[in-house]
Amino acid sequence: MTARDVWPILLFGAVAALLPVFVTAGTLLNFAIFTLIICLAAQGWNILGGFGGQYSFGHAAFFGTGAYTAAVLQVRYGVNPYVTFLAGIALAAIVGWIIGFLSFRSGLRGSYFALVTLAFAEVFRVLSNAVEFTGGAAGLLIPLDARAANFQFESRGWFYLVVLALVVLALLMTRALERSRLGAQLVAVRENEDAARAVGVDALRVKLSAITLSAAMTGAAGGLYAQYFLYLDSTIAYGTWISVEALLAPIIGGAGTVFGPVIGAVILHTLAEVTRMMVGRIPGIDLVIFGVLLILVVRFPPRNLLAWLRGRR
Amino acid sequence: MRNFPPEIVMEAVANGLLTGAVYGLVALGLTLVYGVLHIINFAHGALLTLAMYAAWVAWAAFGLDPYIAILPLVPIFFVLGYGVQRLVIGPASRGEDSNILLVTLGLSILLENAMLAIFRSDTLSVQVDYAMEVVELGPMLLSFPRVVGFGVAFVVAAVLFVLLRMTDTGRAIRAVAKERTGAALVGIDVRHVYAVTFGIGTACLAVAACLLLPSFYVNPRVGNAFVLVAFTIVVLGGMGSVPGALLGGLVIGVVESLSGLYLGDSLGQLGIFVIFILVLLFKPTGLFGAKA
Amino acid sequence: MSFLEIRNVSMRFGGLMAVSDASFDVAEGSITGLIGPNGAGKTTLFAIVSGFQKPTSGQVLWRGKEITSRPPHVLAAEGLSRTFQIVQPFAGLSVRENIAVGAFLRHRRRADAIALAEQVAEQVGLTAELDKPAAALTVSGRKRVELGKALATQPKLLLLDEVLAGLNPSEVRDIVPVVRAIRDSGVTVLMIEHVMQAVMNLCESVHVLAQGRIIASGTPAEVVATPAVVEAYLGHGAATRLSGGAHA
Repeated sequence: MTARDVWPILLFGAVAALLPVFVTAGTLLNFAIFTLIICLAAQGWNILGGFGGQYSFGHAAFFGTGAYTAAVLQVRYGVNPYVTFLAGIALAAIVGWIIGFLSFRSGLRGSYFALVTLAFAEVFRVLSNAVEFTGGAAGLLIPLDARAANFQFESRGWFYLVVLALVVLALLMTRALERSRLGAQLVAVRENEDAARAVGVDALRVKLSAITLSAAMTGAAGGLYAQYFLYLDSTIAYGTWISVEALLAPIIGGAGTVFGPVIGAVILHTLAEVTRMMVGRIPGIDLVIFGVLLILVVRFPPRNLLAWLRGRR
Repeated sequence: MRNFPPEIVMEAVANGLLTGAVYGLVALGLTLVYGVLHIINFAHGALLTLAMYAAWVAWAAFGLDPYIAILPLVPIFFVLGYGVQRLVIGPASRGEDSNILLVTLGLSILLENAMLAIFRSDTLSVQVDYAMEVVELGPMLLSFPRVVGFGVAFVVAAVLFVLLRMTDTGRAIRAVAKERTGAALVGIDVRHVYAVTFGIGTACLAVAACLLLPSFYVNPRVGNAFVLVAFTIVVLGGMGSVPGALLGGLVIGVVESLSGLYLGDSLGQLGIFVIFILVLLFKPTGLFGAKA
Repeated sequence: MSFLEIRNVSMRFGGLMAVSDASFDVAEGSITGLIGPNGAGKTTLFAIVSGFQKPTSGQVLWRGKEITSRPPHVLAAEGLSRTFQIVQPFAGLSVRENIAVGAFLRHRRRADAIALAEQVAEQVGLTAELDKPAAALTVSGRKRVELGKALATQPKLLLLDEVLAGLNPSEVRDIVPVVRAIRDSGVTVLMIEHVMQAVMNLCESVHVLAQGRIIASGTPAEVVATPAVVEAYLGHGAATRLSGGAHA
């Protein structure tokens, strides 16, 4: 990585870090924290889907695993939340590797990969809803104990900075991936798997590395979610909503680019917020807009739009 | 594992078969679209939800019995499906697999949440006097709406079969399914055939919705419960195979009913997902089975 | 011990014998041609040698070691690289990035891979197109990218599947010296080719595949004089008709 690769990310981090200085309104910080958590989950999706071209419809499997591990270990076994957060990332990565191993070894691609990831996430959802261990249908409450040593903060501003730091870290990791051999091979697999194998790319290994890293990142987002909202149930942790959010943000903002997920998440959530302000709290209305936006983005790819605009000038 | 008396198990099997036939009908639309367009329609579940709301509105606003509502809803949903393929999915996807994936996902998000915005998340159902009636079959008591559903599902499958075999449209559909370029060369309008197929698939959902409504409920997410089941059936029966869809539906209906009996309702769904994953992972040949 | 040995390789697809009991050797440092009419099984044989398909029976030996059915990426690492008859560029990537994917095989650092990619691009005459997307190139450009990707893996044996097909005569004339230079740099070349002028020009030895069988082997001049070869291309009886015509 060169300085040119890194400075836009650091600049983004520095500017975003100023937000709590100017904004103290709880709702706005709340919004910013939630959007950053989505950025992290989406960056995870972007590594596998954007760079690797393997479209998962079930990233909830990783988000939920990160979230539940963080929550269950501290609530049931009193493990330090920082440790459970890391454990959540590790377990999500393992789940990612296993799902990847099973599906990629069977040669599942395209729609079939999307379907099988969706099904895995659903299996986790049904299981976590049924067993006592995760609090079942009633969900799991992390007791409020706002101390920094406890990964809970008195002020939202601090939590915001922690999440932001992790998002910046994820951006740096994605940039490093983009510039690495693994990144080049991953993109090659996306563009043409047979051609990649012919020039010595071990496609299975590359895809497995990608899904493991991808799952870890989305798992980290899940852990942060649990730590911030202090409540989980099966439809939050393993629900389709997060699979959809994780996929939409990179697609809208630019799949396979470092900043795509951040841009997409900010656009989507700002749009949702504005809609809510304009038409009131009609359930589902934000997602209606997301759906329309998704279709439009596929119909009129932003890259083509930019080219078209340039051509007209 | 608990031990149930044989008549309870038999009744569970029979109920599974009855529900399974309607599952088969839902899967029929999906498999037909796959067999001809070679796309996996992720909006299938949301379209089913839409059809169920349509049937509910027909009952609540116009007093139409759900079985009668089949008559107006089938043409309406055929046209809807035709339009969706012709105006949305076709142009947006430009034939790329990943685009189709995203467009149909976008469509399903859009439809599901539009219904959430309009009808809210309340669960709605229709009250008809035959909803609770039962049909006696030997020692078993079977729910009347489910028996009707079973019968009609088979009638629809037979009609579809005849349509595909005997009519010019059916022959064009099969030609496109087998060899798109060749079909285009002999003058078949492939885009039209695609849209017709999608329309038929959607019309199947309208029938399924009307059959389900008397014994089921509607909420914005109800289609999701069916869509993974339908995917499982389609994968199991061989992507694109019409008889496979029906047979797969019956099998899955029984599996669901039995695993519900033995594992309880919430874990009961697991049986289907596990079958689905196993078939996808270990018998991918089932995926590329017979074409429509 | 030969450099590459193909021993009794057969490949059956259902009722069709695409390759049947084919055997031949490739000598180190040579340019060896594999020719034959369309549908003779040449590309299938390539797919077997490069690990994309498992033969129904038979063996492929690489410097005395059996490599039958090893996956393509392992073979590439061993020094066996192929191009595709239907070019397979990484369509969304630039020419530089396309070739760099191959270069990454033996170079972990990006800077090294890019440097090698640029060097290879010069070798195949793509320096001016380095920043263009591969999808935007002409047929001849894409063939060069195909060649460049394979070459960037720094192979010992290069399998070229019709790199000259679809090129006009002047483009063929431009690429022929490129292939010769590759061999002169120490890379053994096995090429499937239809352009006979190039085969006669480049290859030291040629094997002819017809209906899945090797029907002739030798120098290009010997092979084209073999009646079986003439018949394979022009139909049964053609050899006698031609020689008869010459007498008359």
